[in-house]
Amino acid sequence: MTEIERHEYDVLVIGAGGAGLRAAIEARERGLRVAIVCKSLFGKAHTVMAEGGCAAAMGNVNDNDSWQVHFRDTMRGGKFLNNWRMAELHAKEAPDRVWELEMYGALFDRTSDGRISQRHFGGHTYPRLAHVGDRTGLELLRTMQQRIVALQQDDHAETGDYEARLRVFAECTVTELLTGPSDAPDQPGAIAGALGYWRESGRLVLFSAPAVVLATGGIGKSFQVTSNSWEYTGDGHALALRAGAELIDMEFVQFHPTGMVWPPSVKGILVTEGVRGDGGVLKNSDGKRFMFDYVPDVFKGQYAQSEDEADRWYDDQENNRRTPDLLPRDEVARAINTEVKEGRGSPHGGVYLDIASRMPAEEIKRRLPSMYHQFKELADVDITAEPMEVGPTCHYVMGGIHVDPDTGQSRVPGLFAAGECAGGMHGSNRLGGNSLSDLLVFGRRAGLGAADYVADLDRRPDVRPADVDAAARMTLAPFDPPSARTGGASGADAASGAGANGAGESGAGENPYTLHAELQRMMNDLVGIIRTESEVAEAQRRLGELRTRVRQVFVEGHRQYNPGWHLALDLRNMLVVSEAVASSALLRTESRGGHTREDHPGLDPDWRHRVLVTHLARDGEPDGEHDGGVDPVLPRVAVGPAERAPMREDLLALFDLAELEKYYTPSELAAHPGNTAAPEGGTA
Amino acid sequence: MSYTGTFRIWRGDTDGGALTDFEVEVNEGEVVLDVLHRLQATQAPDLAVRWNCKAGKCGSCSAEINGKPRLLCMTRMSVFEPGDVVTVTPMRTFPVIRDLVTDVSFNYAKAREIPSFTPPAELAPGEYRMAQVDVERSQEFRKCIECYLCQDTCHVVRDHEENKDSFAGPRFLMRVAELEMHPLDVADRVPAAQEEHGLGQCNITKCCTDVCPEGIKITDNALIPMKERVADRRYDPLVWLGRTISRRRG
Ligand SMILES: Cc1cc2nc3c(=O)[nH]c(=O)nc-3n(C[C@H](O)[C@H](O)[C@H](O)COP(=O)(O)OP(=O)(O)OC[C@H]3O[C@@H](n4cnc5c(N)ncnc54)[C@H](O)[C@@H]3O)c2cc1C
Ligand code: SF4
Ligand code: SF4
Ligand code: FES
Repeated sequence: MTEIERHEYDVLVIGAGGAGLRAAIEARERGLRVAIVCKSLFGKAHTVMAEGGCAAAMGNVNDNDSWQVHFRDTMRGGKFLNNWRMAELHAKEAPDRVWELEMYGALFDRTSDGRISQRHFGGHTYPRLAHVGDRTGLELLRTMQQRIVALQQDDHAETGDYEARLRVFAECTVTELLTGPSDAPDQPGAIAGALGYWRESGRLVLFSAPAVVLATGGIGKSFQVTSNSWEYTGDGHALALRAGAELIDMEFVQFHPTGMVWPPSVKGILVTEGVRGDGGVLKNSDGKRFMFDYVPDVFKGQYAQSEDEADRWYDDQENNRRTPDLLPRDEVARAINTEVKEGRGSPHGGVYLDIASRMPAEEIKRRLPSMYHQFKELADVDITAEPMEVGPTCHYVMGGIHVDPDTGQSRVPGLFAAGECAGGMHGSNRLGGNSLSDLLVFGRRAGLGAADYVADLDRRPDVRPADVDAAARMTLAPFDPPSARTGGASGADAASGAGANGAGESGAGENPYTLHAELQRMMNDLVGIIRTESEVAEAQRRLGELRTRVRQVFVEGHRQYNPGWHLALDLRNMLVVSEAVASSALLRTESRGGHTREDHPGLDPDWRHRVLVTHLARDGEPDGEHDGGVDPVLPRVAVGPAERAPMREDLLALFDLAELEKYYTPSELAAHPGNTAAPEGGTA
Repeated sequence: MSYTGTFRIWRGDTDGGALTDFEVEVNEGEVVLDVLHRLQATQAPDLAVRWNCKAGKCGSCSAEINGKPRLLCMTRMSVFEPGDVVTVTPMRTFPVIRDLVTDVSFNYAKAREIPSFTPPAELAPGEYRMAQVDVERSQEFRKCIECYLCQDTCHVVRDHEENKDSFAGPRFLMRVAELEMHPLDVADRVPAAQEEHGLGQCNITKCCTDVCPEGIKITDNALIPMKERVADRRYDPLVWLGRTISRRRG
């Protein structure tokens, strides 16, 4: 076996985005020794790309806002499938988490009285998004990065070592979680550590830690048109599954309505919802503001019915209803899809997003500087003079690791998750701005949860050498010529040195780039924004083929900074996660939020209280059949329904009965305080 | 419109390397990073290049294109003629790891040397009040995506390894300015800017400002005002020069 670098920590945080950094700060402030591991450089995680803002009911711009209103908006946005406890904690705690960032040095845009300014966003009743122009994610991430540095400076002052209690392992990818024996008397199958590799050198690293916080973000790189970066290969989802945890809601994938559509090389890059929040409107090729035709029944009465009313709303929200351009994302994305399909699209297959005719050029540049820059630089379009062309792009996965709302712990002892890779909070559809706040609220809670777990532990599970060997072999396998791979041949020997594999000329083996492109195209076409039973079934069949080919993936060159190898390893995760998405999408025979079935177009109240749970198929389960038991390289997944716990009564009472009746079965509403008036601050 | 373009790319590692020529398809609307990705997919699967957002937001893809420090994802192919040879080399100021990837740990080390935001003790969370005009100065600097192109281009450290110890570079001198101009930061940052972070070594050539993909006026808005604050406490001929220049322009 090749030599492995070893480290020991109390808590290992995998992911240096908003969720990971917030978790690390919390665990470190609780006195634990913490390592943060991330695939790219420190400060580059996907969170930097977030633009519009961070939702928190601070009530700085409209003091009618409160956690109750935020909670209601979140549940509505998710079509009442959300884990209501998470939505409750999120709405209650988000303001404190945002204010905390100011203590770390964040500089949000201000109101005229000097408080944090808040902007409108789709699905939020009041202006609620704390923001910094259209680079809010950068501010959030940089602020927490600088907070980590501040903690390291404290440690330096005390111990002379910046990394005494908090160390960042950047450009280091975790490939497998390691657990203790499943027959351990106290904590069976508990987390013991993780194995990864340095991207730079290709050398393996072993972390021993009794608690791991997964904060690895999303899965968008399995789709062809996406706003997501190469990091979004669903690693955390797949790592958790393989370690024995469950995923939920994997059929729910958010397609953001406004991605760039031209030129081809930038297709999918996000156009922030802030454009619409600040006054931009969607138009079709006839120049018509088509969103007025797409207000669904469940939202009737909550949105403006005429352009005049919609335009008045920007200045007077008490007496007018909001523009349907700001419906939740799933609604807008489907509407755009329909307009294009029916022949009213723009030249490059999108629709128009017009802000140029709505406000002076200088105002646009001040409010949306990076959008101005992005279109100017990448598409030669001046958004202050002409409309943008936009269309749906794969953006966010609502589904994720099934965790306890309060502590973030999965069903694997010691394994925690937060941020985009955790599931439940957003139900079937996430509201814009609710992710950044989610990262802060649940990042902190996962950090706390991990700290408490470690404090209560009598004994730390040992990493088992056989598991380390197996994980190391798996990690190096893509360097083995496929012919030599059966029977658990070791890749370690083949690829331990520079330029070590001599099998390049054999010509056998699959190219990871080709496989990736095929997977992306297939997922986009068959499990994309609009789904049907036959197409999803076809996707499953093709995933089956890809599964065989992914096994044959073969990379050239050596282990030093080799992107082909990195992709080959990511493919293993993308495939498993794609299977979870497809299998879940096939089972849910209704349309809700980020899951639209053309063959089952309506909301079905009997599906509202059911979530789909993905776990590894066990031996004997039909999906688990494989010659000789569970496949260690690409274990199969199984998906089945589970009941969502009924909402606590006081929370249910926050909604009008009439609204709930659109979503719930009559028997579920027996507990509602009755047909009497709406509660305080009702939804009328 | 597609054509076959010629790319000359530095390939190698810590032991050395050389420029390697590639003929590769280029399509309408593409940026340099698209072409490098095509090379990876078709001809050089192990070509090392850093990137993340492909939208100019993360600052990962810094390199030098025809000798100029630039983001690979924000350099459109349309700025070249089809017959041009496009030369891509790693940032010169930092040690090469492999191909276009450099070791930028210098920057992380410098970041740690700057004392962090020091909040006023009397204010609780939620009590911060700042006017938009007052936060805007520091907000400009916080647009920084940490691409380190300014660090790469600054002649104080470019080809001057010996200065790296004493000089934080424009990005981190700007960080000092950002904190100094933060309306609620209570620390005094002026003496350290000069004595510990090397502000005096900057002779306001503005090369850093020229390469900043975020268009931050590093020299005019961060470095010169810091020099002025230093000068308010003691005399420094360069500041005097800086002031004269800005007065003449104004
Ligand atoms: C363009 C864009 C704009 C957005 N705008 C908004 C917005 O305005 N408001 C909002 O609320 N949300 C927005 N979102 C969504 C939001 O930004 C993301 O959901 C959120 O940032 C995810 O944060 P995270 O902490 O979960 O993960 P990330 O920030 O993505 O971080 C994931 C981390 O995990 C690491 N990682 C992954 N796999 C591994 C592995 N195997 N080993 C080691 N490390 C690993 C990565 O390197 C990275 O550091 C936007 C998203 C996009 C793409
Ligand atoms: S202005 Fe100063 S910091 Fe900027 S490049 Fe010139 S010398 Fe370097
Ligand atoms: S100041 Fe500009 S050039 Fe320098 S690191 Fe920041 S974004 Fe890059
Ligand atoms: S890839 Fe993010 S700036 Fe170029």
